[in-house]
Amino acid sequence: MSKMHVKLNVNGKEVEGLAEPRTLLIHFLREDLKITGPHIGCETSHCGACTVDIDGKSVKSCTTFVAQVNGADITTVEGLTNDDGSLGVLQEMFREHHGLQCGFCTPGMITRAHRLLQENPNPTEEEIRFGMAGNLCRCTGYQNIVKAISASADMLNGQKEAAE
Amino acid sequence: MNDQTMTPEERAANLKGMGCARKRVEDVRFTQGKGNYVDDIKLDGMLFGAFARSPYAHARVVSVNKDAALAVPGVVAVLTAEDLAPLGLHWMPTLAGDKQMVLADGKVLFQGQEVAYVVAENRYIAADAAELVEVDYEELPVLTDPFEALKSDVVLREDLAGQTEGAHGPRKHHNHIFTWEQGDKDATEAVLGEADVVAEEMIYYHRTHPCPLETCGCVASMDKVTGKLTLYGTFQAPHAIRTVVSLISGLAEHNIRVISPDIGGGFGNKVGAYAGYVCSVVASIVTGQPVKWVENRMENLMSTAFARDYWMQGKIAATKDGKITGLWCHTTADHGGFDACADPTKFPAGFMNICTGSYDIPTAYLAVDGVYTNKAPGGVAYRCSFRVTEAAYFIERMIEVLAIKLNMDAAELRRINFIRKDQFPYQSALGWEYDSGDYHTAWDKALKAVDYEGLRAEQAQRIEDFKAGKTRKLLGIGLTHFTEIVGAGPVKNCDILGLGMFDSCEIRIHPTGSAIARLGTISQGQGHATTFAQIIASEIGLPADDITLEEGDTDTAPYGLGTYGSRSTPVAGAATAMAARKIRAKAQMIAAYLLEVHDNDVEWDVDRFAVKGAPERFKTMKEIAFAAYNQAIPGLEPGLEAVSYYDPPNMTYPFGAYICVMEIDVDTGEWDVRQFYALDDCGTRINPMIIEGQVHGGVTEALAIAMGQEIAYDEMGNVKTGTLMDFFIPTAWETPNYTTDHTVTPSPHHPIGAKGVGESPNVGGVPAFSNAVHDAFRPFGLVQSHMPHDHWRIWKIANGLGMHG
Repeated sequence: MSKMHVKLNVNGKEVEGLAEPRTLLIHFLREDLKITGPHIGCETSHCGACTVDIDGKSVKSCTTFVAQVNGADITTVEGLTNDDGSLGVLQEMFREHHGLQCGFCTPGMITRAHRLLQENPNPTEEEIRFGMAGNLCRCTGYQNIVKAISASADMLNGQKEAAE
Repeated sequence: MNDQTMTPEERAANLKGMGCARKRVEDVRFTQGKGNYVDDIKLDGMLFGAFARSPYAHARVVSVNKDAALAVPGVVAVLTAEDLAPLGLHWMPTLAGDKQMVLADGKVLFQGQEVAYVVAENRYIAADAAELVEVDYEELPVLTDPFEALKSDVVLREDLAGQTEGAHGPRKHHNHIFTWEQGDKDATEAVLGEADVVAEEMIYYHRTHPCPLETCGCVASMDKVTGKLTLYGTFQAPHAIRTVVSLISGLAEHNIRVISPDIGGGFGNKVGAYAGYVCSVVASIVTGQPVKWVENRMENLMSTAFARDYWMQGKIAATKDGKITGLWCHTTADHGGFDACADPTKFPAGFMNICTGSYDIPTAYLAVDGVYTNKAPGGVAYRCSFRVTEAAYFIERMIEVLAIKLNMDAAELRRINFIRKDQFPYQSALGWEYDSGDYHTAWDKALKAVDYEGLRAEQAQRIEDFKAGKTRKLLGIGLTHFTEIVGAGPVKNCDILGLGMFDSCEIRIHPTGSAIARLGTISQGQGHATTFAQIIASEIGLPADDITLEEGDTDTAPYGLGTYGSRSTPVAGAATAMAARKIRAKAQMIAAYLLEVHDNDVEWDVDRFAVKGAPERFKTMKEIAFAAYNQAIPGLEPGLEAVSYYDPPNMTYPFGAYICVMEIDVDTGEWDVRQFYALDDCGTRINPMIIEGQVHGGVTEALAIAMGQEIAYDEMGNVKTGTLMDFFIPTAWETPNYTTDHTVTPSPHHPIGAKGVGESPNVGGVPAFSNAVHDAFRPFGLVQSHMPHDHWRIWKIANGLGMHG
């Protein structure tokens, strides 16, 4: 099958490669770019393990062709670590509040939570639960995920205030 | 701070040992997307495998033509049963003493059965070519009902034709697998005949699936130069897989290295051996290249390891004031096309004989008939210890049914029948010795915590309001007191494929006082690297942060039977404590030598040995570790390490009291969990944060099972719930907050008194949710309605009771 040339900005780096028109973004990220944080859980857009951030929106990369996002800015969980290599706020709060167990849903969860807090920096518990409903977890029962996101919102708001 | 000025409590806190809500060491990599799951593994020249699967539930395979598939550029090989037969690998043994087709050998017995295995340069080509495998099927009559199957002339397993003896005794019919009987049938029937009251009901626990977020998969890599096979995979029992691979492939066991990398949830789905593993190994041997196989979600739900599917006919006898005198249960177990249940060999229905639950029932009888049907094989313990979920659901429903018959409060009925604290160790009528328990204390604490009396008053008012037309919502109060049996198990009665169910731990102390420990288990999210280090920290006085924990590599870890059935803490946790104690015993001799006193003149003090009566004269474990490597101590070998293989004397019996308060809309069938209280007694608590997380997760899986999750088939044997669109997994939106609580009744026979907790919330949660639904409709005449209680089925209950006008 003929291949097409794609260019993306992934986690702040310009990357390019050849892909079949039918190549899914999740496979391009995982197989070609070796970015294995986003996972494959269902291949039908239900579980959210493959969630990445594309041009400021949460997108399930298992049902997106890489060809559809040519030229886009993409952030994966790998891009949410601090520049000095330490855990970002959401990553740290998921650890602090035991918001993960097997870790398979975690990259999608954190990437989605990152966007949710951009959209709504002060979410209520109900808004977090609604905003995270596209990401499934089989281990935690969500209670600690909600706590982690709520604590992240507080911390990020505190950092913002301190900076102002 | 120094060693001399800190109090013993401060020194203990520094260790982050048992009882500490220690943050998980695993999370640093997981939160950054740096886990290493099987699909993350990439090897040079790696090929991909994909299956062509049967669209029919029962059909003869007339021919398989692979020409079109082989013609696809990039396809390397296509395997069929014919190719595997010369190797003797077209069938494989199951964990239940049966055998199972690896690739369809003449016929298929369930929809989604593996027919051909395509190996190609990448996963897209493999999937394309799998579509092009041409199979000529001849449809056969389909049996999806186990009761029908036992009457039908249709022979499902023609390979067993004429065999009247199976792995577990006589077969009564060509679709019958086994009958398993426990307890005293005659005595139980006599009790039923003489009882004041007998309640009888059919309790169905529907077929469902563990559905971990990561599906099953493997990478097989045969090194033709060294002759060594490395098999990476989603294995909950890596050592057992190594032995099985050796036995069925003929490869010497030392030439097989099995590695379980990070595992994205297991819940029982990753215990068994699957066709994908066998085909990938063969493909790697044939091609000389590594071969990866990862199933997709539909393949996962259709073909690897279902759970439950037990039809449990029950009779429970009692005096007129509610003292239970006998329990009778006959279970018809739908095992699908092959008996691939994951149970210890001598227990074809697992530990279903824990079905007398938390109650002192003097006489009981259980019989289980296993049946073949045209459904997927499996029968794994989905977050459960070998059919304990089925047993707990059965008894907790039967108690409610009896309460209705007696017109008694179900909480009080439980209370008057609990095994009393002074009866432990307790011999149950079905053969178990319960190690310890204090059910009355837990029950009273739970009822008080939720204000049970207040809830019943509110419910009575709600019923008045409903009858007066003021509301269309009912209130259900779901009660459960469960007793589990976990930690298989004593080798004398528990084995899998002849491998005794012990477990193991090896600890090496490094000269500078840090350590590495390796276990025969494998974490799938339970946080072993965090908690087992805590056990060692408390036992030998080195900080948990200085202890690395490794599992899952059979070349380095000691042999063990793996992680399922809540057995890691009861068995490997015990091995960990015992290995640590061996190290401490040697450390005592080293300390005594260094302190120039007799071995018996030093005593253990948190992280050191001190001279008795002179606590200022001591050697810390760190100092002792260094001495073990640099001092020539008469009579002692250098070094400081130990290994323990632990065969537990008994299983452990965690228990708990769960209460669910649920609002139900009779017009839409919608439900809302208003409150869920979970009290768990898992004996000694190693890490309260992780215990709480396990309870949250387990109750949520219970919510899914009770309220909507199922593997459903139509009459043609088509799977109706093959994607996450149809197979219910609750989101954050449907899932309530939980209140957790605990009592602590240590196991008397476990070295640290721990009992295990991972599966308790699923065992207790399902009856709590289901009983809440039943309780809401009890005043309107409902006795029993089968799970899952999805909106439509709840609506049907209300409609059937004439509540829609």
